[in-house]
Order: sequence, then C-alpha cells, then structure tokens
Amino acid sequence: MNMEINLQRRKALKTGGGVGLLALFGALGLLQSGVAFAEWNKTAFSAKTMDDALNALGVIVPENGAASIQLTVPEIAENGSVVPVTVASTLADVEQITIFVDKNPSVLAASFVLPKGTEAYITTRVKMGQTANVIALVKAGGKFYRTSKEVKVTAGGCGG
Amino acid sequence: MGNPMKIRAAVKDGVTEVKILMQHEMETGLRKEADGTLVPAWFITEVKAQYQGRTVLETQFGQSVSKNPYLLFRFKGGVAGEKITVSWLDNKGDTRSDEVSIAG
Repeated sequence: MNMEINLQRRKALKTGGGVGLLALFGALGLLQSGVAFAEWNKTAFSAKTMDDALNALGVIVPENGAASIQLTVPEIAENGSVVPVTVASTLADVEQITIFVDKNPSVLAASFVLPKGTEAYITTRVKMGQTANVIALVKAGGKFYRTSKEVKVTAGGCGG
Repeated sequence: MGNPMKIRAAVKDGVTEVKILMQHEMETGLRKEADGTLVPAWFITEVKAQYQGRTVLETQFGQSVSKNPYLLFRFKGGVAGEKITVSWLDNKGDTRSDEVSIAG
C-alpha cells in the first residue's frame, strides 16, 4: 500500500519535473536532441545593409582577402534559388567563415564557427533574388578578411 | 521533429569530409501565395555537427539559405566506423538530430 502511494508520488514528481525541465531546456535552446545551441544572432541576420551586418558581427574594417580567400560561385546562375557557394582559405587559424549576399532583403546568409581541427573549407547553397555580390568574410587569428564575387542571376530565387 | 537528413561522412588521408542535406522549406517570410497572403518565415537557424562529443562545426543560417539546405565541411581526424551527429534548430523551435558512421 505504502509502496503504491510512493510510486504514484514519484511518477507525479517525475512528470512535473519533466515539464519544468523541458521548458527550461527550451529556453536555453537545449531541446529533445540534447544539443545546446548558441544564441542566434538576430540583429546580424535581420540587417538590411552590409554595414549594419558587419556592425552586428563586430567587424570594423575587414582587410582585403582577395589573395587569401578562395570564393567559388557560378558566374551566371540560371536558378537564383539554388546558388552553390564554396569558401576556402589559406590563412592560418581560421575561426569563422561568413557568407553574405549584398542585394538580398537580409544580407547575411550563413555564418560558420570552425573549432580547432576543422578546415577552412565550406560549401553551402544560397538564394539570390537578383544579380548581386556574394561576399565571404573570414576571421583568422583574430582579424577579418573579405572578398567578393558577382553572380549574375537570370531567374530570381525568392518567388512571389 | 522534421524530416531526416541525409548525411555522408568519409575519412581520407586523415581528413573527414561531411556532406549534409537537410529537408526544410526555408521560407523567407517574404514569399506570397497566389492570393497575396504572406507565407510566414520558417527556416533553420542553427546547425551543429559533433564528433565524439566535441563540436566540429557550428552554423547559423539566415533566410537566404536555399530550401533543403546543403552543407559540406572537413575536419582533421575522424575514424572510420565512428559516428558523426548533426542537429538543427529552426525558428519555430523544432529540432532534429541524425547520425551517420564515418566510411573508410
């Protein structure tokens, strides 16, 4: 009898505790997957201009990265909704790679933090509403470097 | 929970190359239906790849990333048969994790 009551009490405690924990994990960005995510940089991803985006990322004046960043994009994109972008760098100690599309409604497309041991080589695909510059920003050894290439878009990728 | 990702990972000459194809609409929040109603923003905001409990790539996405996002990256080390775990989180709080064994 005693045992049964105890079990029920425990069950209730577990359930209650579970709900509380889930809410807490949700708030911390730690969800069912058990993975903790850093806080999404809303200010930077909402930025409408390159200057605002760079400000939000704490970049003052990036150095010319034309020689040290290898940015690979198509010259002409027939389909602006899927434009492959590869950013690689020969710089030592690359900590971060960031990709922008300067004429998209939000200029910041994607940002990558590379822990030690991860190579400076990233490929992804972005949408481009119109002909624009794809800009790669690389942070290496605490300094920022920037390079860009124009992609001519013959059919926009943002619909409607 | 979203739909499963396709992940391929292979180690060659001490470097593991990981290719990820996520399944997600990646709605910008700017697209309109034929009747003019705005489709609400719905996109993956973060992606994290882990190997043996350590993070090998941390990603933040904005609305400009294409539908069904693709990612390729490389990290030093990685042993054939060991697992890579990839997890994403979207702006609605949905999340998904998938894992794959590294091929030799």
